[in-house]
Amino acid sequence: MAVKLELRDVTKAFDDKVVLRDIDLKVGEHEVVCLIGSSGSGKSTLLKCVNLLFPIDAGSILLDGEAITDPQVNPNDVRQKMGIVFQAFNLFPHMNVLDNITLGPRKVHGLSREAAEERARALLERFGLTEKLSEFPDRLSGGQKQRVAVIRALASEPDLMLFDEITSALDPELVAEVLNVIRGLKEDGMTMVIATHEMGFARDVADRICFLDGGVILEQGRPQDILTNPRKPRTRQFLQRIVDAGRL
Amino acid sequence: MRLSLAPDEIRSPGLWPGKQRRRRAHREEGARGALIAAASTVVLGGLVLWWILTSETWPAVQKQFFNPDNFREVFPDVLSGFWLDVKMFMVAEVLILFFALVLAMIRALRGPAFFPLRALVIVFIDLIRGIPIILLILVLGFGIPALQLTGVPRSPLFWGVATLVISYSAYTAEVYRAGIESVHESQRMAARSIGLTQVQALRYVLVPQAIRNVIPALLNGFVSLQKDVALVFILGVREGVREAQIYTASTFNYTGYIAATILFLAVSVPVARFTDWYTERDRRRKQAMTT
Repeated sequence: MAVKLELRDVTKAFDDKVVLRDIDLKVGEHEVVCLIGSSGSGKSTLLKCVNLLFPIDAGSILLDGEAITDPQVNPNDVRQKMGIVFQAFNLFPHMNVLDNITLGPRKVHGLSREAAEERARALLERFGLTEKLSEFPDRLSGGQKQRVAVIRALASEPDLMLFDEITSALDPELVAEVLNVIRGLKEDGMTMVIATHEMGFARDVADRICFLDGGVILEQGRPQDILTNPRKPRTRQFLQRIVDAGRL
Repeated sequence: MRLSLAPDEIRSPGLWPGKQRRRRAHREEGARGALIAAASTVVLGGLVLWWILTSETWPAVQKQFFNPDNFREVFPDVLSGFWLDVKMFMVAEVLILFFALVLAMIRALRGPAFFPLRALVIVFIDLIRGIPIILLILVLGFGIPALQLTGVPRSPLFWGVATLVISYSAYTAEVYRAGIESVHESQRMAARSIGLTQVQALRYVLVPQAIRNVIPALLNGFVSLQKDVALVFILGVREGVREAQIYTASTFNYTGYIAATILFLAVSVPVARFTDWYTERDRRRKQAMTT
């Protein structure tokens, strides 16, 4: 399996607080990797570093074998090859659904309005949101907002998708519709890195689960191994709390 | 003494008068409030008026400032001068809104590559905001034409308006900046994440949201500008105040100033009212959106 994304000794600190410590991670093409761990373990920061939204302090990140953290590389070119979806949706509130989706393709990829809208309509139809295309974000439910955010990221036709706890801000009954979108992408063979608190979902969809703790990947492996038979006491403790909370 | 109420007591009409009754009570209270407000305004206004009109020098002041004959005589000139004021602040406002936005966008750019540009803008804004506007008008309005540079306009009108644009752009840039900073950081991140450049992110995502947030402050600046255009009279530009001054110089009658005052109020008060109305509507909308 070809390596799509690779992190080598990645370290990231905010002022004095080290959030990621010498992270090594390889993600193969078409592989789905779930990042689990408590809040503040560095999952979200890791994804934002990969998207170059945060500069890293040491190490390097490679996409298709090319060091994207090299200062010579234009971050805008890199971001065009990957999509990221955030916990808080971050849709543009002053634009309707269609404009939210077509902004990137038109302004970054130079598509004509017609071509961009055609692409957007196809995606909206696939995810059952066709009738919402002229709505503004404040008229959508949380689940709809998040699906639009996924479509917006997909509209640039990335071959790597990053998901940052995209169901954490949703009402429980809306979680499924968003997770099903990701299941659909897995069937397409999309390479994905997913930070999540939904352990059941991680077990379903992940090829590999990484447990992050205090800015390091403490343990990683197949879902059944990590979730049912963790080796590290810290992982066991974390999963026990999840089980106690009725989330697994 | 009982501290708690039984459920049927809570629901009883004695405690909860019902929506309708409450609404009627509100309306009655509102009407009574309006009456009190009107009455106290009339009383206070009457007192002040009586105080002025019974002053010993009032007849002389009236002749000097509020003379109907002089008013009729001077009004056409002041009005035509004032029309120049209107043209000046309309043209200046459009230029200010544009230049200030450019300044604010440059200031919002991040990264070491943009440092020289950012520094330049900050120095400009600091300097301009530190100079009294009247001094700026005198220095630029008399100074630059005196240099007699080829290709540079020498009209006091041009330099008067240019100075206002320069000065107000510095202030207005700060208004825009506050607006841009009020847009949540996550919007910038989302914009960058789909591959937009910094300038594109500002143009399509941050600035449109920022402007919506600062419209009341921009309108406020516009009201301020409407009056400050009169300052160019010190360069000899024959706008409203200058016309009034010319009349006063030849007649020793100040009614022209009153005519100018009335004209300035006639445009600035409606804009001020509109600003309040807009701000209130905006506040309500935001409230409706969060509930």
